[in-house]
Amino acid sequence: MTENIATRDAYGQELLALGAEDPRVVALDADLSGSTKTSLFARAYPERFFNMGIAEQDMMGFAAGLAAGGLIPFASTFAIFAAGRALEPIRNSIAYPRLNVKIAATHAGLTVGEDGASHQALEDVAWLRAVPHMTVLAPADAVETRLVVRAAAARAGPVYIRLGRPAVPVLFGADYRFEIGRMNVLREGRDAVIVANGLMVAAALQAAEILAAEGIEAAVLNGASVKPLDTETLLFWAARAGAVVTAEEHSIIGGLGSAVAEALGEGCPVPLERVGVRDCFGESGQPDALLAKYGLTPAAVAAAARAAVARKK
Amino acid sequence: MTEAEIEALARAVRRDVIRMVAAAGSGHPGGSLSAADILAVLYSVVMRVDPARPDDPDRDRFILSKGHAAPALYAVLAERGYFAPSELLELRRVNSRLQGHPDMRKIPGVDASTGSLGQGLAIAAGLALAARVTGRDYQVYTLLGDGETAEGMVWEAAMAAAHYRLDNLTAIVDVNGLQIDGRTADVMNPAPLDAKWEAFGWQVVETDGHDPGALLAALAVAMRTRGGPTVILAHTVKGKGVSFMENRAEWHGKAPNAEQTALALAELEGGAA
Repeated sequence: MTENIATRDAYGQELLALGAEDPRVVALDADLSGSTKTSLFARAYPERFFNMGIAEQDMMGFAAGLAAGGLIPFASTFAIFAAGRALEPIRNSIAYPRLNVKIAATHAGLTVGEDGASHQALEDVAWLRAVPHMTVLAPADAVETRLVVRAAAARAGPVYIRLGRPAVPVLFGADYRFEIGRMNVLREGRDAVIVANGLMVAAALQAAEILAAEGIEAAVLNGASVKPLDTETLLFWAARAGAVVTAEEHSIIGGLGSAVAEALGEGCPVPLERVGVRDCFGESGQPDALLAKYGLTPAAVAAAARAAVARKK
Repeated sequence: MTEAEIEALARAVRRDVIRMVAAAGSGHPGGSLSAADILAVLYSVVMRVDPARPDDPDRDRFILSKGHAAPALYAVLAERGYFAPSELLELRRVNSRLQGHPDMRKIPGVDASTGSLGQGLAIAAGLALAARVTGRDYQVYTLLGDGETAEGMVWEAAMAAAHYRLDNLTAIVDVNGLQIDGRTADVMNPAPLDAKWEAFGWQVVETDGHDPGALLAALAVAMRTRGGPTVILAHTVKGKGVSFMENRAEWHGKAPNAEQTALALAELEGGAA
């Protein structure tokens, strides 16, 4: 049986490990440490953990100052408050001066679930991707999350890490490797390419199975590194297959789908179908019910692939 | 450095500000002139800084939260030797290091990139907290405008700085009573500033923001204080030192023409600032 682990849990574990290795690592939270899992770090390193209360903008300003003082701050809260509430302090006080702040934002996307639209960040990748100097990473599972957190800590400059609330299948083994700016090819295929990130990677892999049963061989690329995007790998597989699908737990505006569309438009114009939330807000409900209602399922990804393949000249 | 020498530095800063803003054809003379004495006091005798070592991790820090007073900051840095004063006239020009608002990656001695109001206090507090984590002994100073205190983030940071008992942090509010749209009391009244900061857990010191001796005394109180942050409410005159700019909101963000520039420089030449 596949083990299910939330990417926020993996983040908490890896932050704890980094804390042991590097005294420069500090953590900040905005009264959600139990949910973002910075509580693990807080218990182990109370002198390096700072709860800022419900004040996300202030948290980003403090993080900027801590980074300017030579530390490596990880600032965590829900994605809607990190990327949304605090966007302009992130832009001006962190990204503009390229300060070494890591923003680990949990509870991204629809799968926040019952809390509803006010808490479901569906635009955070779009917001952060547009900010110069910012790296944007959206890992698929617990294994990749730990590698992403480590890569973020090792990278000089600001990084946004997009994490989820629900337990998701562990897809990758101990030999899995992650590199910022590189797409991992999870499955090869000559008929279509599915580029996915976050929990939609699992859906993409299932969609590829569905398609294979129909005789459509779909490659699956992991778009965890939304920015920088590995256009070389993307264009290679897009040219080979001639049809592309993107899948993300995010608005189809401004996220992975847009990043892929921009790269294809400039480098390899082929039919593209985007699976994501279609320019609307979410709502309350169980995560799986929301994913089904908003079309973020393996069946929806497979349907999008069929549509893209059908549009090939 | 004597008080007379500090006053001479402040006069030089004021002259630089007028020349810079005039050459650029835009900029913020009013709030730069009101802050000139505060900056002169900080960079002459208070802060432990070495212009030859602007990245020294043990240096005291200064963050210009009211980033539009960049001309005054650049002027004091140049006068203290961080870079050549001749560069000052490149303010706001394309390819210049002297951006309209301070960029810490371009100019030595600038400790934070600011310009979007309300954010400098949080950055300063983070830097003050970093001293504790890294075991360093430096002071952090930040200068805010009184109009700037309408920004909610100022009070988030004020609450947090008191919560974390950041006694190596000193905020100075340049209380000149004016902002772009008019009198601060009319636009969005921040009064009573003293009671607000006290209620947020800060030690409050009121002083004349143009009197070097009074500023030095206030900063000495802040330096001695243990257990929490201090705010100095420095009462100033916007446009200080140039008669036709003093207490006039329209000089918040406007450059003088050639005639006004000559008049301003004549007023600032040699006389008491």
